[in-house]
Amino acid sequence: MSRMRRREFLNLSALAAGGALLTPRLTFANATPGKSRLVVVILRGALDGLAAVPPYADPDYPRLRGDLALRAGGGAGGALPLDGYFGLHPALNFLHDSFTARELIVFHAIASPYRERSHFDGQDLLENGTPRAHAVQTGWLNRALQEMPGNAEREAGVALGQNVPLVMRGSAAVTSWSPSKLTALDEDTLARITDLYASDKLLSVRLADALAADAIAAEDKSATAMMGNASMQSPAQPVQAVQGGAARYAEVVHAAAGFLRQENGPQVAVFDTTGWDTHANEGAAQGQLAGRLGQLDAGLAALKQQLGPVWNDTAVLLITEFGRTAAINGTRGTDHGTATVAFLVGGAVAGGRVITRWPGLSQQALYQGRDLAPTLDLRCVLKGLLADQLRVPSRALEKTVFPDSQSARPLEGLLRG
Amino acid sequence: MLQPLNPAIAANRFGLGARPRELAVIGGDGRDWLRAQLTTAPLLADAALRSSADILAQGLVLQRQIQAARRNGALANVTASDAATAAELQKLPQYLRPIYVSEVTARFAEAVSSERPLAERLVQFWSNHFAVSVDKQYLAGLAGSLEREAIRPHVFGSFNDMLLSVETHPAMLLYLDNQQSVGPHSEVALRGQRRGGLRRIGINENLAREILELHTLGVGGGYTQADVTTFAQVITGWSIGGAGGRPAGAEDGKFEFRADVHEPGAKVVLGTRYPDAGFGQGVTVLRDLAHHRSTAHFIATKLTRHFIADEPPAPVVERLARVFMQTGGDLPSVYRALIDSREAWQQPLAKYKTPVDYIISGYRGLGLPVDAGRAPLAPFELLGQRTWQPGSPAGWPDRSADWDGASALMKRIEWADAVGQRLGNRRDAQQLAPDLLGANLTDTTRSAIAHAATASQAVTLLLSAPEFMRR
Repeated sequence: MSRMRRREFLNLSALAAGGALLTPRLTFANATPGKSRLVVVILRGALDGLAAVPPYADPDYPRLRGDLALRAGGGAGGALPLDGYFGLHPALNFLHDSFTARELIVFHAIASPYRERSHFDGQDLLENGTPRAHAVQTGWLNRALQEMPGNAEREAGVALGQNVPLVMRGSAAVTSWSPSKLTALDEDTLARITDLYASDKLLSVRLADALAADAIAAEDKSATAMMGNASMQSPAQPVQAVQGGAARYAEVVHAAAGFLRQENGPQVAVFDTTGWDTHANEGAAQGQLAGRLGQLDAGLAALKQQLGPVWNDTAVLLITEFGRTAAINGTRGTDHGTATVAFLVGGAVAGGRVITRWPGLSQQALYQGRDLAPTLDLRCVLKGLLADQLRVPSRALEKTVFPDSQSARPLEGLLRG
Repeated sequence: MLQPLNPAIAANRFGLGARPRELAVIGGDGRDWLRAQLTTAPLLADAALRSSADILAQGLVLQRQIQAARRNGALANVTASDAATAAELQKLPQYLRPIYVSEVTARFAEAVSSERPLAERLVQFWSNHFAVSVDKQYLAGLAGSLEREAIRPHVFGSFNDMLLSVETHPAMLLYLDNQQSVGPHSEVALRGQRRGGLRRIGINENLAREILELHTLGVGGGYTQADVTTFAQVITGWSIGGAGGRPAGAEDGKFEFRADVHEPGAKVVLGTRYPDAGFGQGVTVLRDLAHHRSTAHFIATKLTRHFIADEPPAPVVERLARVFMQTGGDLPSVYRALIDSREAWQQPLAKYKTPVDYIISGYRGLGLPVDAGRAPLAPFELLGQRTWQPGSPAGWPDRSADWDGASALMKRIEWADAVGQRLGNRRDAQQLAPDLLGANLTDTTRSAIAHAATASQAVTLLLSAPEFMRR
């Protein structure tokens, strides 16, 4: 049975169910012309900000990074110039083009309020939006969706993957989607399972959300084509994860663009990527990190291309749980650190800027004598972004989205217009 | 108290899902059936599986050949050497991949056929506690051997023994980069300085941090950054023969303590001073960590979350932690306290199954064959939980919200449908449902299965039922 047939079933099923369970969640947010889109990408594992955005003009940088320091100036292996002080890693060609086109803001020496060095607590806090790990079981993005004007009972958010990451968990209706590698169910079986779940609070909602996401995906012809191409004959190639990374980006970006292009689609998409925990043999202009950055950069380029005109209404935020040690460790890598970089890229972004209060890299300037010191609270960026891109009222931002964040004033003017 | 008489809780929560007639075998009191499983170590007897040292030694030979080919290639013309290098680089993955497939198949087959499913669940629990991920080089070949060599022998032993086995296993040393970590005042470092070597020599704190955070005390367990750094110095020299590009000092692929990279001197970790005793210094720190109050609490919390509820009831955690402390980390004593906890038997179906739970219970319940011809990796791949590939040393998460996504549910239903189609009328779901789910079977599910249009649809409904999604 084709995806389209499943969608037809949905309409029937919604009618049959009298609207009680399925109907309210089956419609995505109504499209308004030029409505803004937000994509949040979580880089799990702690991205090395000093490698992604090398401060090549800082006198202490070459000393700390030794032969892994990136040289100034473009050309073979040199950092791509931004503002004469900072450069971009040479693998980040698309981001560099975006900077030139004034569609990229780089934030440096930025950190969440987290000051320890556990990935897992760091990610928890990055996503839960409070100053404490495990303080709540919901994410700031979901709480923002709850506060978005006119967003009642509509799936405004989609996670690209089987499950929803913490940042988007909560009571606002969201869904998750990943390409199916098995045949879709016939409508009779699906109807029976819907009945079977009728009195199960969790499963009935999840099933309805899944069907809603499938319906939107089916509307996107190219997404359907992609699903047809997805090969279920080849199981995972875990030992070739680095090569496989490009394929995963292609799949996720394609799906994200498919959803965001839709008139009736979700406004917000989130996905995550792993592999940034570069303790050993990190590489410089080439090597392990360069490979990952290159895949990420190519994924973003593909997202822009596939979004078409929607790119102009889009802001893509890239964040990571913390940074890495300023100096290279004994195994040509970097250990867990504190401040790092964040990126905001998209047609809606008032870019072409590096926003930072640079603390320097001298021994006294380093946080606890080892890490880039944080001078910008990530929540300042998140608040400014949510206020401008999703029109989340500032009272809500202060109260429910980012509790206990008075010290982090929203950064204004991150977006055009 | 009636609840302990519910054999379905024993089979589905503590076990890996009932096989046909398993509930009858369990009989009256599920606790007896579980306690009886806490006997000999659940070793995996499979002659085809090789030792980690053997796997690694052959890999190192291959790696040296690859390196030699790259050096030679670099001298020849560039284009030709690129192609040659690419082909050479594929040799290691091509060598490791079949090892991964046989390890996964053997583990999966054991879980599906085991008559001691609690033992297999515990193996998986500990394997996930000491997680490695096969997306790092060599781990595809070694993750299975870590579980077989360092976890299985100690599942019914002491935590301290398991901890030491794991932290000295080549898989863990490689995964968390310790084989390259060098003490800044070690002989090797000093020699390097005298020669004026440019290469920075020093420690890598990855393994030390994760031992404290993930394997023993837990985050917030009372250690500082200084403890991490000092502990990393303590375990410098914990390495592998033949690894790290240095001449082999011991047998290739086996754990090797390298005194010449060990950071000399006494060290203070968590307020205790440890005199330098070479390898023994780290062993003593590990022993103290294994008996630490924070470790007892951390392990008790994880076990209670895994077996009882996402939000572990505090009285159970306290009870388990107390037993852990009193017995010096005797694991069977801790399991017995868990089995004897009233709370474990009160709420049926409190845990949402992980994809692995779901797949294994489906295979057990329906008696599906695990044979190499059936591509045993596929279901784990499809449902989003590839064996030994959690992607981080924290392992797979253990709460409902991590697994109950909309798309994840649809994948399970589609898989259930595929299984139903494959079986056709070769299974009778109407008969199986009460046999597998016992008292957990609801009237709604019973009736849906009874009214299914076909035998294969009945199987799909059984596998999709709310009470089959949970344990």
